[in-house]
Amino acid sequence: MTPGGYAGKWLDVDLTKDKIKEVEYSDEMLEQYLGGRGLAAKVLWDKVGDKYPDLDPLAPESPFMVFTGPMTGIYPGSRICVSGKSPVSMGTVGSTAATEFANEIKQAGYDGVTFTGKAEKPVYLLVTDDGAEIRDAGHLWGLDGEKTLIKLNKEVTEELSKRKPLVGLWKEPGMIYIGPAGENLVRNAAVCAKICHACGYGGYGSLMGSKNLKAVVAKGRGSLPEVDAPEAAELLWKRTHQHLIARTGMRRQGTGYAGYTVGAVTSSEPIRNWQEEWHDEKSFGGPMFEHRFWVKKKWADFNCTTNCMKVSCIKTGPWKGDITDMPDYELQAYCGTNFGIYDPEANIHLSALADQLGHSGINGPNTAGYAVELHQRGILEDSDFGFKPKWGDPETFDKILRMMASREKIGDVLAEGTYRAALKIAEMKGLKPEETLKYAVHVKGIEIGAHGTRSDADYTHDISYAANVQGGDHTSTAVDGYNDMSGAVFTDSAVFCNFTYYGVPQSLVFDFAKAITGFPITLHSWRSETGPRIVTLQRAFLMMGGPDLEWKPVEDDDNPPRFYEPLPSGPYKGKTTDKELVDTKLQAYFETLGWDERGIPTKETLRKLDLGFLEKSVAKLR
Amino acid sequence: MSSVWIVRDYENCSGCRRCELACSMHHEGWMWPEASRVRVFMPFPGVEVPHLCAQCDDYPCVESCPVSALSVDNRTTAVIVDREACTGCGACVKACPGTIPYLHPRDRKATICDLCGGDPECVKVCQEAGYNALRLVHEGMSGHRKLFARNPVQVAKDLAVKLFGEKGEEVIA
Repeated sequence: MTPGGYAGKWLDVDLTKDKIKEVEYSDEMLEQYLGGRGLAAKVLWDKVGDKYPDLDPLAPESPFMVFTGPMTGIYPGSRICVSGKSPVSMGTVGSTAATEFANEIKQAGYDGVTFTGKAEKPVYLLVTDDGAEIRDAGHLWGLDGEKTLIKLNKEVTEELSKRKPLVGLWKEPGMIYIGPAGENLVRNAAVCAKICHACGYGGYGSLMGSKNLKAVVAKGRGSLPEVDAPEAAELLWKRTHQHLIARTGMRRQGTGYAGYTVGAVTSSEPIRNWQEEWHDEKSFGGPMFEHRFWVKKKWADFNCTTNCMKVSCIKTGPWKGDITDMPDYELQAYCGTNFGIYDPEANIHLSALADQLGHSGINGPNTAGYAVELHQRGILEDSDFGFKPKWGDPETFDKILRMMASREKIGDVLAEGTYRAALKIAEMKGLKPEETLKYAVHVKGIEIGAHGTRSDADYTHDISYAANVQGGDHTSTAVDGYNDMSGAVFTDSAVFCNFTYYGVPQSLVFDFAKAITGFPITLHSWRSETGPRIVTLQRAFLMMGGPDLEWKPVEDDDNPPRFYEPLPSGPYKGKTTDKELVDTKLQAYFETLGWDERGIPTKETLRKLDLGFLEKSVAKLR
Repeated sequence: MSSVWIVRDYENCSGCRRCELACSMHHEGWMWPEASRVRVFMPFPGVEVPHLCAQCDDYPCVESCPVSALSVDNRTTAVIVDREACTGCGACVKACPGTIPYLHPRDRKATICDLCGGDPECVKVCQEAGYNALRLVHEGMSGHRKLFARNPVQVAKDLAVKLFGEKGEEVIA
């Protein structure tokens, strides 16, 4: 019998051969890896194995996973997790987004889909209670996010109504999709959901694009999967919501007030590609967004009462009709202060544009800001852009984001993501790599989220990114002692939202996990065994890397050079990341996880975590 | 005659679907959004429309049933489905001006909000979260109610304009 919380079936789709089959995973495998980020890493290993370093993530044989987890839909805050070999880090990332696609696919009777191969022409996958089918997406290719969503909603609802007209009205399906950036293989492109939600980290938009896969759509009329202890689960569900409802500030503001405070108070916000991290621009305060643009102030995704989202809409002027969420803090920062922009309206426009084009709103704009700093430094010239780029100018960034998505002029180079663009530009301009890399704010090819480490006043510190198996991913940072933030590995694998996890007692969350799955899972077992198993597998993948790049242990387990420059302004002026502390904590982190002094998992650790299958590959790294 | 009615303020709906979960837990014993008597339609993100029985004053669904499986509860004025008698013919689905009833995904029986006997679970969770998209009132019957029995996509098209202005005309095909 399938453990509770799982539909019990996964789809395996070969897009080259146009074949779909159903697969199951053993109870033992599910208990060891749960779902989402963890299970995807194991499935990837099972498909690729020792050949991992030779696998080009954008080649047809590269697997792409779209996985839920056992808690998805049932625990508040339902999300989908996408994964595979990351085209940016060459490791794996569990990249999640809130969307009703996640509960719809479980209601249709499937826990997820693994894609391999490449479709001859653009397609999308439709998953319903009657199974899955590959459908033509020629008419959707090239469309921005909004148009894709509008067309698919209508088309799929009409099709299902035609097939089963008598049941009553069909509700719209759930979906994930890519925009032009993903189609054009912009390496750090997002897998998008709803209108402004995204699986941003990892570059899985380009992985979808490389398969000619425009969207994955699901509509299920079944119940959410049964659980191991239904009465306990119902009680825990109610209790969890009570905790979420009590988070009044988060519910009122989401992170939409942080575009001001993370700069003004904690001094850790990217400004002009991290040249500064402090500002006191009150024009960028939360209420300035709220009063003029928030048309829906309590917006939630499936089974969520945190409702941290707020719908923004510009109703007048040249950007009339732009719709996005809030933007949330990350996009207020990356499509605002990072561009030297403190105008909410321009910020909403650029955030909406990034979403529409299918960029990751963090990663793409990091690269765009990086390009403008290279221009400021005289490395890139007006002719590279075809115009004169300026900080604080919305038009500049509007153009660069579009050029990246369509790979025009310098956009073609920037579309490789900040790290690879730095290497290419150095080559183009006859410079040493370090001369361009010194301005590149990334870790392991993944552009860093909008929380700096220099002030040490934010939640991100010394090794938050340096030791992170997901590089610059701010949602899954590493901490010494591997304690609290192992929660992110859990939420990405059980697959629900971080923001419905923090604020709820952890014992309650793990009781809930146990009530759903029936696994003997506890906070302790998670921290001592399951979490480390997943992170150790991810670390092995990351260090194996390939084929076009390899990360050096310790040397690349570090912050970007900019994070060691002293902060030039604000209350933390002069402060910077403590390199000695980074080195010390990195070693402690490795030790906690049972990795050697270079961060390579020891043979004993692999055996203890039941990762013996990795020994041959990891031995090569040693 | 006093009756129980669920007031629906669409613009207050967060789209959390906790109403669907609470309803299906009460009626089905587990989370089953597509077997919930209230279903939240979202033809465009941000435009969420809870779709549930409007309790028309002339009850066209009840009138339409060829086997008299539908009746009106005297106390609450909710429509009650006799699941034993229902043949799943779909006449009530067609008779409803808002196509609100649907055939249950398990057994194809007509499925309509019964107001949980007068204390609806959906309203409780919506109130608990402070959304007030669904509120309970005890009022006399009204001819206005039937006007709420509209196709939810049509409602969403209006709501989209209210939220997004001119752009709202484009977001739902």
